[in-house]
Amino acid sequence: MMWVVGVLIFWVAAYGLNIWLSNSEWRNTRAVKFAVPAIFGITILVIWEGLVKGLQVPPVILPPPSMIAAKVVDSIPVLWGDLVQTFVKGALTGYIIGCSAAVITAILIDRSPFLQRGLLPVGNFIAALPIIGTAPILVMWFGFDWQSKAAVVVVMVFFPMLVNTVQGLKATDSMQRDLMRTYAGSYWQTLFKLRLPAAMPAIFNGLKIATTLALIGAIVAEFFGSPTRGMGFRISVEVGRLGLDMVWAEIFVAALAGSAFYGAVAMIEKGVTFWHPSQRR
Amino acid sequence: MRNFFPVITVVAAIMVIWYGASVWMNSKWVYDQAARAGTEVSFGELVKDTWSQERPVLPAPHQIVAELYKSTVEKKITSKRSLVFHGWITLSATLLGFIFGTGMGILLAIGIVHNRAMDMSVMPWAIASQTVPIIAIAPMIVVVMSTIGATDFLGKGAATALFGYQPAFMQGLLPKAVIAAYLSFFPVVVGMVKGLRSPDNMQLDLLKTYNASKSRTFWSLRLPSSTPYLFTSLKIGMAGALVGAIVSELSASPLRGLGARMLTGSYYGQTIQIWAALFAAAAMAATLVGIIGMIERYSLQRMGMAK
Repeated sequence: MMWVVGVLIFWVAAYGLNIWLSNSEWRNTRAVKFAVPAIFGITILVIWEGLVKGLQVPPVILPPPSMIAAKVVDSIPVLWGDLVQTFVKGALTGYIIGCSAAVITAILIDRSPFLQRGLLPVGNFIAALPIIGTAPILVMWFGFDWQSKAAVVVVMVFFPMLVNTVQGLKATDSMQRDLMRTYAGSYWQTLFKLRLPAAMPAIFNGLKIATTLALIGAIVAEFFGSPTRGMGFRISVEVGRLGLDMVWAEIFVAALAGSAFYGAVAMIEKGVTFWHPSQRR
Repeated sequence: MRNFFPVITVVAAIMVIWYGASVWMNSKWVYDQAARAGTEVSFGELVKDTWSQERPVLPAPHQIVAELYKSTVEKKITSKRSLVFHGWITLSATLLGFIFGTGMGILLAIGIVHNRAMDMSVMPWAIASQTVPIIAIAPMIVVVMSTIGATDFLGKGAATALFGYQPAFMQGLLPKAVIAAYLSFFPVVVGMVKGLRSPDNMQLDLLKTYNASKSRTFWSLRLPSSTPYLFTSLKIGMAGALVGAIVSELSASPLRGLGARMLTGSYYGQTIQIWAALFAAAAMAATLVGIIGMIERYSLQRMGMAK
């Protein structure tokens, strides 16, 4: 009971603090903008911990955050091995192959409006399908190791990336292209000096969407078969053994890796598309 | 219609490549068989054989169509080998999850737009959640919910009292619907917050000069102008819900639904069955998103917002 009452008091206090902070005169400062969601997150963790302890929820249903944190610290080597297998070997390889293939395809079909008009609706259609379903097929073709995961990722990221790149290549207006023409710029000069740079905001939009898809593809593909390591493998095995603290630890690592991956791409975007209005402060 | 001819060409090209790849990828088995039997295979025989194997590496399109026909039209829809049966299981989980996920998402978005504390505390997490592979929790939710016994949409007793029997799709429906709801929830929150904020200051000021209340502003300005955003997020939410339902079927028991068909197919090397399930899932996704698109076009036209 003590835990539950304590949690309730903490919740009311944090809630009050957040309301006060977000209506105070400092509400537009950076510190408050960071503090309010942080307080919210901490409150959720405290409520979770308190309710699990206070209501004596068994850890096979919901382990408390402290237990998950201890598990993360305990099993860093295992988690690291899984991360390398799933993220670096599977997701990252597939991401690089898939995204570059899509950009190259977009440039290849750039000169043919006929192909573009044909491929874009098909690409848009395929991008809306549950492509994750190709995972069992690709696992059969490429074996259990990371190659099949990379293949799933390639298929998943290709079409969103292709559609975004083709759209980006259309981003220049005729004034700018005419200027290149008056400079006697060739097709390739115009492409590299004007159209590709102008396409970068759209390309990075695709790259950012693809980061999440890559991790999803690599993890779900492991549910269909994998060597004895990898995040998806660990999750399905530990779920079967009711080792939920390890499952949560893997999810924590997956969340961390996903955000870091997205953040890294967003940082590169900031450097490459510094000229775009959306990057201005 | 301008795109009709190019699209047909691209689809035809994909078909040609597919049939070619199917000859190439299935040829190893044919050559192995021939070598074992000590015979030679001509090219014609090779093509014929590779397009009609029972467990091909890559089935030819007509084999998938035949399997789809066999497992939808020729089987009774209550049979466990009918794709209609499995498709309905997946569809019910998708729709239930979609309704709950988008409903909660819209409610949260309304809260976020009207309450600054909520906006500042929840919104960063909602945005960050889009970079996280949420789907990884699917197996855990399935197992935890079956541990606490909350898997059926209506318990056996309640369902029997209502219908006289327990419909198959209700068994194990809840965990799948929860995951489907979870996957459609966050995109809808983010999209709807954008939509409810889309009226510009001029419009908001106009309503202020009318002395309109907050709820009047909401019903007459914010909600109508969020409609295009609503449909975009509904489409994303529907696709997410379907993926959630399929992935959660990999670990749910009893093994039913399109995801389960893929899993059992991959256990037993039934490649044609996997492809048929994949095509059924694709057709389902296209239909569901297409229906939302049709409602979108109709309502935007009626509201005078069509592009």
